Amino acid sequence: MKTLPRADVAIVGGGWAGLLMAKELGARTGLSVVVLERGAPRKTADYFEGMDELDYAIRLRMMQDASKETVTFRHTSKDRALPVRQFASFLPGTGVGGAGEHWTGITPRFLPDCFEILTRTVERYGAGRLPENHSMQDWGITYAELEPFYTRAEKLLGISGKTGLDPFEGPHSAEYPTPPQRTGYFPSLFRDAARSLGYHPSPVPSANLSQAYRNPDGIVRPACTYCGFCERFGCMVGAKAQPTNMLLPVIARHKSVTVRTGANVRRVLYKDGKATGVSYVDANGEEVVQPADLVVLASWTLNNTRLLLLSKIGEAYDARSGTGHLGRNFTHQATFRGVVLFFDRPLNRFMGSGACGVAIRDLDGDSFDHGPLNFIRGAYIGAYSRGHPPIGSFGVVPPSVKATWGSEWKKAAMDAFDCAANLGISGEHLAYRTNYLDLDPTYRDSHGDPLLRMTMDWNDNERNMIGFVSAKMAQVGREMGAREVVAAALPRRYDVNTYRSTHLQGGTIMGVNPGNSVVNPWLQHWRMSNLFVLGASTFPQNPSGNPTLTILAQTLRTADAIVDRYLKHPGLLA
Amino acid sequence: MRRRHFLTFSATAVGGLLVFTLDRQPLRVHAQSDRKIRVPLRFFDEREALLVSAAVARIFPSDATGPGAMEGGVVIYIDRQLAGPYGRDRYRYTQPPFEEGIPEQGYQGKATPREVYREGLVLLGQDFDRLTPAAQDARLRNMETTYFFRLLRQHTIEGMFCDPMHGGNADMIGWQLIGYPGPQMSWSDHIDQHYGKPFRPKPRSLNEVVGHQVKPGEEAE
Repeated sequence: MKTLPRADVAIVGGGWAGLLMAKELGARTGLSVVVLERGAPRKTADYFEGMDELDYAIRLRMMQDASKETVTFRHTSKDRALPVRQFASFLPGTGVGGAGEHWTGITPRFLPDCFEILTRTVERYGAGRLPENHSMQDWGITYAELEPFYTRAEKLLGISGKTGLDPFEGPHSAEYPTPPQRTGYFPSLFRDAARSLGYHPSPVPSANLSQAYRNPDGIVRPACTYCGFCERFGCMVGAKAQPTNMLLPVIARHKSVTVRTGANVRRVLYKDGKATGVSYVDANGEEVVQPADLVVLASWTLNNTRLLLLSKIGEAYDARSGTGHLGRNFTHQATFRGVVLFFDRPLNRFMGSGACGVAIRDLDGDSFDHGPLNFIRGAYIGAYSRGHPPIGSFGVVPPSVKATWGSEWKKAAMDAFDCAANLGISGEHLAYRTNYLDLDPTYRDSHGDPLLRMTMDWNDNERNMIGFVSAKMAQVGREMGAREVVAAALPRRYDVNTYRSTHLQGGTIMGVNPGNSVVNPWLQHWRMSNLFVLGASTFPQNPSGNPTLTILAQTLRTADAIVDRYLKHPGLLA
Repeated sequence: MRRRHFLTFSATAVGGLLVFTLDRQPLRVHAQSDRKIRVPLRFFDEREALLVSAAVARIFPSDATGPGAMEGGVVIYIDRQLAGPYGRDRYRYTQPPFEEGIPEQGYQGKATPREVYREGLVLLGQDFDRLTPAAQDARLRNMETTYFFRLLRQHTIEGMFCDPMHGGNADMIGWQLIGYPGPQMSWSDHIDQHYGKPFRPKPRSLNEVVGHQVKPGEEAE
């Protein structure tokens, strides 16, 4: 084991949150910053050869290597957890830029009421309407407090969008930096039909630029070419905002910041209630200690939680007694692709970008009255032209076709290939006492550390909400001119086989006091003031839409708190 | 070293399209010519390749709607995948204990894709390629719930629609069947055009687009 010279700051994880923090600290302080990323280096030029569905979207070349580390999964604490032997329902990223390299670029702000979900729900409907076993709570910050940071994040990424079309959106202090992306055929049908039925469609805010853009750091990115290779792919022209094309070049200007790859952090080290650094295994398998005065965890929802559990920092959540906070309020966006529309004309779906689409928020959050309904909250609903990779897409057939192979199936699947499309329903997933993360007693990673264990299932609120929203979307589908509309139900049980989204939240949640959370509203650990935790692991529950913009806004807010206040007076921020 | 095996096609049998030569160059062969094409195998022996080829041809048949898995070279694709890191489960979590789970917990088997195929081929039967299509279908129907069949079906779709550099989708016939143009640099001039009308650009492969040979994942260590 070797011990390296002390750094002022050690950041675990070189994705969006970690590299954004590194950039802010590099640009605004003279602190020595080391970013420890367990994956490989990356650059935009790598992606030129990357337009290959098989290696990237099916074999998951850019994702975490499950052979070395995965998670285990069970539905309830009474069941036996087994390893997720290959990732499918969510896809953890790895390598420099993390999942920020192969994301879609969908960047809505969360609805204002989601930050005060518990208070607002009880105010409007009474505590009797809260689902059984829920563990929902307010975030400890409000939309108004986060708004300036949303604006800053949008300017950094050059988000393409348009405000003022969606009556449910929170106030924006500035228009989006670039106009919306152009609209493909399928989302244009959705826009027109939704509008005629009284909904309020607006262009999906996109991190894939509608036009060339120079951000406040002087980073210039070109316009998106709608090649259709965003989700699970890196952008070969750099039009999609990615940590490697937006943050790394700025970080490179500051000699005080080092990004060290192949560094797999296994423990946060501490003494007398203060973090003293981290220990990691380097690419040669050697144990290395990196001492640091300030430690920032930015290694994604699952790994942030796991590192604190392995390091024994904070009290692990015990589902039986309800004590402890570390690991609780684990949520996975209830994304649902079960509303499938079959048209009698081609949609040319191979063109597009990950966020090239139109969405409505009329059935999201508390935008509509839930009084007579059997659920609370809702879904962010959109229609997209995002490319149509054929391996993953082929095989959709109308329900009348029962065959799954052979000539009848082949003909039906060929006919449907470019004439069928699904609506994207991103349902809110509430927090429950029964859904949580802890360490698995049996299965281990390649270093011998216990795997993280997910205990997770759907509850009636998600099933009822998806059922309601799907029926509404079936009406929209018919208005769009589909000759056949299929609206399935959310599967009764959570499964790890079907891709939903990589939007996992919770485990190290934020809150207003140490009695209900792991970190404070500045994302600072309640019990260890020189330890900060970034990312969606701090979200008390999932608020429907895609989380990246909110992660970036919160990271900027924490960076300000560290630079402007913590460094001057180290200690717990009030 | 294993003995080298080749899969031999007659050009007429593959519908006058193409297969791959030793150096992975796609070669177009016209139906009029009667030459034999020998494709080197990396995992299967010739007998196994013929069985797999016959089975995938029933899953995605050559029929009135166009060519199928035989012409697409799906068996070549599967052979290369099984020979490569995927075939030996390089990327799957394979730590014990292996326990039987519920379907929602995903595949928990110990067998690698290579082992699944070797066991599956026994189930398929040595005579499979000599059965009538109806008898082949009946035998496949009996296997529909096996993990082998699930893989075979999935690999058939992969082999029909992957980039040709992986050995399948020969001559991009899979993409032509469904009007998919492959990877191309820009649709900026088209994204908001052609509403409701088919827009069917000529497909291009990744190697054509980037201008050099890209190393496919199955050839990684």
